[in-house]
Amino acid sequence: MKIRIKFSKQGNMKFIGHLDIMRYFQKVMRRADVDIRYSEGFSPHQIMSFAAPLGVGLTGSGEYLDIEVLSTDSSAEMVRRMNLAMVEGMEVLSYKKLPDDAGNAMSLVAACDYTVRMRDGYTEAMGLTDVSFMSSLVSFIETGDLQITKKTKKGEKEMDLRPYIYEQSLTDDGRGVFLKLSSGSAANIKPELLLEAYCKSLGQEFPAFGFLINREEVYADAGSETAHCFVTLESFGEDIE
Amino acid sequence: MRKLALSDEILLSVSQPARYIGNEVNMVVKDPSKVDVRFCMCFPDVYDIGMSHLGIQILYDMFNRRDDVYCERVYSPWTDLDAIMREKNIPLFAIESQDPVRDFDFLGITLQYEMCYTNILQILDLSHIPLHAEDRTWEDPIVIGGGPCAYNPEPIAPFFDMFYIGEGETVYDQLLDTYKISRKQQDTREQFLKKAAQIPGIYVPSLYDCEYNEDGTLKSFTPNCPEAPEKVEKQLVMDMTSAVYPEKPLVPFIRATQDRVVLEVMRGCIRGCRFCQAGMIYRPVREKDAERLKDLAWKMLKSTGHEEISLSSLSSSDYTGLESIVNFLIDEFHGKGVNVSLPSLRIDAFSLDVMSKVQDVKKSSLTFAPEAGSQRLRDVINKGLTEEEILSGAFEAFKGGWNRVKLYFMLGLPTETVEDMEGIALLSEKIAERYYEIPKDQRNGKVQVVASTSFFVPKPFTPFQWARMSTKEEFLEKARVVNRKMKEMKNYKSLKYNWHEADVTVLEGVLARGDRRVAAVIEEAYKNGALYDSWSESFRNEIWMKAFETCGIDIAFYTTRERSLDELFPWDFIDTGVSKEFLKREWQNAIDQKVTPNCRERCSGCGVRRFGGGVCYENQN
Repeated sequence: MKIRIKFSKQGNMKFIGHLDIMRYFQKVMRRADVDIRYSEGFSPHQIMSFAAPLGVGLTGSGEYLDIEVLSTDSSAEMVRRMNLAMVEGMEVLSYKKLPDDAGNAMSLVAACDYTVRMRDGYTEAMGLTDVSFMSSLVSFIETGDLQITKKTKKGEKEMDLRPYIYEQSLTDDGRGVFLKLSSGSAANIKPELLLEAYCKSLGQEFPAFGFLINREEVYADAGSETAHCFVTLESFGEDIE
Repeated sequence: MRKLALSDEILLSVSQPARYIGNEVNMVVKDPSKVDVRFCMCFPDVYDIGMSHLGIQILYDMFNRRDDVYCERVYSPWTDLDAIMREKNIPLFAIESQDPVRDFDFLGITLQYEMCYTNILQILDLSHIPLHAEDRTWEDPIVIGGGPCAYNPEPIAPFFDMFYIGEGETVYDQLLDTYKISRKQQDTREQFLKKAAQIPGIYVPSLYDCEYNEDGTLKSFTPNCPEAPEKVEKQLVMDMTSAVYPEKPLVPFIRATQDRVVLEVMRGCIRGCRFCQAGMIYRPVREKDAERLKDLAWKMLKSTGHEEISLSSLSSSDYTGLESIVNFLIDEFHGKGVNVSLPSLRIDAFSLDVMSKVQDVKKSSLTFAPEAGSQRLRDVINKGLTEEEILSGAFEAFKGGWNRVKLYFMLGLPTETVEDMEGIALLSEKIAERYYEIPKDQRNGKVQVVASTSFFVPKPFTPFQWARMSTKEEFLEKARVVNRKMKEMKNYKSLKYNWHEADVTVLEGVLARGDRRVAAVIEEAYKNGALYDSWSESFRNEIWMKAFETCGIDIAFYTTRERSLDELFPWDFIDTGVSKEFLKREWQNAIDQKVTPNCRERCSGCGVRRFGGGVCYENQN
């Protein structure tokens, strides 16, 4: 039986890298007595895959992993049990059964939501305020030059970011920006890529540690390339009573 | 959310920030303002190494069982963070509360190997604690050392307020209670130290004076106050089965060297190898009941979620409940998502059978530790492993499908000759030849025999404590002899030989048998940048050589000098229970190439029978 788990990774857990988060969840499965399926062979491993790795330094409130189980209790009970086995900063938000023919989370990823804020002191150091910095960022996305040079394994590649930015808006307090960006195998646009281009346009050095970035949600695309229809990865599953 | 001592910017710019943030599964959280004693436990090496250490896990658990004590941890910051902390003057902090180490009541430093000594100074320095105990006040914690290297604490004595000699489970409660009373009574630091010195096993270096002879050897080592005992007695746990053991060990986020549940099956070793310090200082052998281990296995796997479980001891093959516990682990856990990893076992029918069950034969290798290349030299070191046992063990394994063998040897052992060195190549060759005795159609490709040598360092409290150590040049020449012989072997293409540089070994030799005067060299080397000396990428021999010169300390005095049987050693004030007479007898037996039977075959009267338990009283009612 395929299960999709939604979790959040907050606070100091942002310093734990993706590989260690994978190892962490493998141990969670054992501590919480999840009847997870193991591969065959001499050194069996758990059938587990993550939707999209989150970089060190970023937090997430809508992260996903898929597992296969041999048996299960209700969703509510599994969420409760797994949360008893969590550390501060990590929380399981939902545990849902997927249809047998569901694609795995990683292959589905098409877009991600982010909220970008600045750490204290950084905009001031640029002679700006958080509010002015963020509102100009929104205008930059709307009208600025979004041609960037992306470093790839094969060298450098020119690309236009605009087609891959699906939404941008100021947060309610005006001190942050909400972004919906293309993600996954087709075009993986990390928010840093956009922020780097923005800082460059301001003539400012990119403050590598200046941004507080939270990934809010991860989506699949139920529409087409010309008419996107983003649905959360969570929506593919249903609760087990 | 716990507030961290380091800013996000710093944590994001250093490698492996997970080393410094805590929050691991099973981390103990207490309110520091509600305890009487704050104890910071330190492993003076990087987190990844320190988190693998069983002893700290035991003491962390034991201390935190007390409501009036909060035990936290600290490890050496890696070199990248070390530089940042110095530049920004950030005090070193404990992982749990993230509070400065200097605010603690105790800083306990485990001493597992000599090459961590500069890291001890790093810990003190970054904590803003004076390096010398004599310069400390109640503004500083009591700095206490323990672990195997505490059996010769003299080279680091000036840096410690006290040492705990022996196993931590016994008198720590008494020490902490004494501390609480002392602080309540507003004792001076000196008053407290004198009270602590009266607790068995506690050694307070400042309460002892040493005098030297003209030839540099120790003339006298005496207490300078009535409170300090002449002899400090090793502490040990006699009932291993009921001894505290962590049922909820810490689980690091990053991969530590030991990323598994570890069951300690016993302490001590019956074998009596004459080079081995652990085999002497942990006498007598004390076993933990197999039923207790089975219970612990369940609880620890459940509380950690680890995917692997292993056994730990100096020689697990000698554990009387081995078959019971190994069969239990395989039956209960193998194939259910938990790997059973075996410690190095003596190769026999039983171990080959369990190895074939839990390991992929094609991927695993056999390990033998003959330690010396000839039977003659193996008799000298009392390594009771014969060539025939190795060859027949290997042959049985080859028939079972194995085709890779690892061999461990030492070079520079007392009485060693060229024949002994060449014996390493000859033994490797014989193993390879034994493989090719198997008919071709039943073999699993080619055989690979990898021989590795380390250089022998004489250690205190072993029969070889009187031995002359080789020079760097002698060590390297010995390695060349082995290497040349390897190349002459018929099957040399199947043989591989590994050895390493000898600089660190020489230094280890000085620190292992050093006296208080060596402390100046450690401090000088540290001040000139020596750090992480056990890491080949950061070890800088030239700093050390210059420090010896600056301090006027002669390396040869500590390493290659011949020691007479009546010499007073800097560590002789410690009573390990093993008598000096026994060690002398064993030193003579070594020279005479006489084998001493193991503790189960016949008692050799080493002296530890007076502890009243363990192997000394097996099969006696």
